[in-house]
Amino acid sequence: MADPMKIRANLVGDSTEVKVLMSHEMDTGLVKDKSGKIIPAWWIQTVKVTHNDKVVLTAQWGTAVSKNPFMSFKFKGGAKGDKVTITWVDNHNDSRTDTAVIA
Amino acid sequence: MRSIHRLTLIVGAAAIAVATLAGPVVAQTTLENASAKYRQDLSEGNPADLWVARGQEMWKVPRGPKKVSFESCDLGLGPGVVKGAYAQLPRWFADAGRVMDLETRLVWCMVNQQGYTHAEATKQTFGNGSRHRSDLEALTAYVAKESDGVKMNVSLADPHVREMYDVGKKAFFYHAGTHDFACATCHAEDNVRIRLQYLPNLTKPEGAQKAYTTWPAYRVAQGETRTFQWRLNDCFRQQRFPDLIYGSDLSIALTTYLAASANGAVYVGPGIKL
Amino acid sequence: MTTRFPAVRLLGAAAAVAAAAGILYGCASAPSASEDAALTARTIAIMKASFKPKGQAGLDRLDQDETQRLCSQNAEGKLPDSIVKKIEQENLAAVKYPADGKLVGNWKEGEKVAELGQGMQFSDDPKKPNGANCYACHQLSPKQEAYGTIGPSLYEFAKKRGYTEETRRYAWAKVYDAEAFSACTNMPRFGQHHILTEQQIRDVVALLVDPASPVNQ
Repeated sequence: MADPMKIRANLVGDSTEVKVLMSHEMDTGLVKDKSGKIIPAWWIQTVKVTHNDKVVLTAQWGTAVSKNPFMSFKFKGGAKGDKVTITWVDNHNDSRTDTAVIA
Repeated sequence: MRSIHRLTLIVGAAAIAVATLAGPVVAQTTLENASAKYRQDLSEGNPADLWVARGQEMWKVPRGPKKVSFESCDLGLGPGVVKGAYAQLPRWFADAGRVMDLETRLVWCMVNQQGYTHAEATKQTFGNGSRHRSDLEALTAYVAKESDGVKMNVSLADPHVREMYDVGKKAFFYHAGTHDFACATCHAEDNVRIRLQYLPNLTKPEGAQKAYTTWPAYRVAQGETRTFQWRLNDCFRQQRFPDLIYGSDLSIALTTYLAASANGAVYVGPGIKL
Repeated sequence: MTTRFPAVRLLGAAAAVAAAAGILYGCASAPSASEDAALTARTIAIMKASFKPKGQAGLDRLDQDETQRLCSQNAEGKLPDSIVKKIEQENLAAVKYPADGKLVGNWKEGEKVAELGQGMQFSDDPKKPNGANCYACHQLSPKQEAYGTIGPSLYEFAKKRGYTEETRRYAWAKVYDAEAFSACTNMPRFGQHHILTEQQIRDVVALLVDPASPVNQ
């Protein structure tokens, strides 16, 4: 079970600034453990962000994204009190969804 | 119509850290700038916050064979009080008959209030990825965060604490091992570096303040949030000493010496370090 | 990853003057010798109870030799001149030169030793060779710009001193036991403490004194 994301969404002028921290190993599949065995790749493949149920961002990630990724972006049209929901899915088909309210 | 204006991804953290060690000086300014920019970006999203959030969640949950939460754990300011607690530790705890830092006190509460054995409580003092996470690192990050903005105020009025301070200072200058190293070997001079890494002079208040008030910290190269117990343990590893026992009197003595030397400075952790 | 180590403490006439001043100051306000001895004993007892052996690092690593004891005891303030003399004389007497008289090896191998940071830590594989990690504290070859500043720059080491037997013998002895030349230096005693093999010391000496070494370019 994945840890919760840490999401901050703030209205700045006419756009909503979203900052999100995700808890994930993001193993590249290129690193060996102490016994010399390759640690298999394990990474977030897709990220989807919705604002009041409307998709405002989708992303496809690779293994080059760092461990515990941090992402920030802006979109127009948000209002205080609206909900921003973020979902990631990794290559183990594990996923996590968290919601923040625009402040 | 909604549109996405900007998308920033922070990637390749480890690559930057490695380049800082290996890169030529010609590129040093660029690298240092890149590191500074990276740190700036991360300070808005310090992954240590993930540890803080996990620790906060854990704090209120009944744990262990006795099903007791940390809300009965007294960090020196009363049961369950975390606000400002980190900034006044280490201190003397009469119930334990010991001077304790935060991490040692958390273990004490796990053993004496929650009913864990000492071995269970200290099974994973330092985490290693999401498969071997350390509750102690998360709890420590959470409690430390609750002192963010609070002035360091470690009292040496109690003679037990004073003794630990004196022992810590003595130990700081203790040379031994295959390389003759002491803490002071690397941390008693201004503006010197190992490879490209500048080292704090911990014998001066400014150096101790800057160093102590930014631990625990997220170590980018490790992808882990590390505590002061970890910092001491890893310094001794590099000193070629044996394995510093978690919560040992020496670890508490050195923590007391450095925390008290940081008195007066505002605690700003958990920090982030490459 | 980086190994930490240290600066050469400058000593000389100034140290003697400061030592005299230190004695006067000591009479005024420092803790008494017996108080200090008690604190040292307490500290050592606490240290011995605070470590466990791990990997190649046993608890014997905490035991001090005379040099370490004196340097710890006199860590704060200036070193008394008599202590400086005692440490330097004892360590100079301990320097062993190679039986075959061959002081200079291969600078290319020496460069590898100077770069390598591993060795003697509880996390290190004792079967792998130890490094000297010279670059952690010293500038050597100008091509390696990720060098530390705890020790002095060694760029042009022999170019400045001359390509003489005296320079070669000094380089050997300094790497073997730096305490022979500056008491309580931050530099490890690579020969005396068996950190480097005799051949590795030869190679490091070559890095310092070979006219073809990048250090002297």
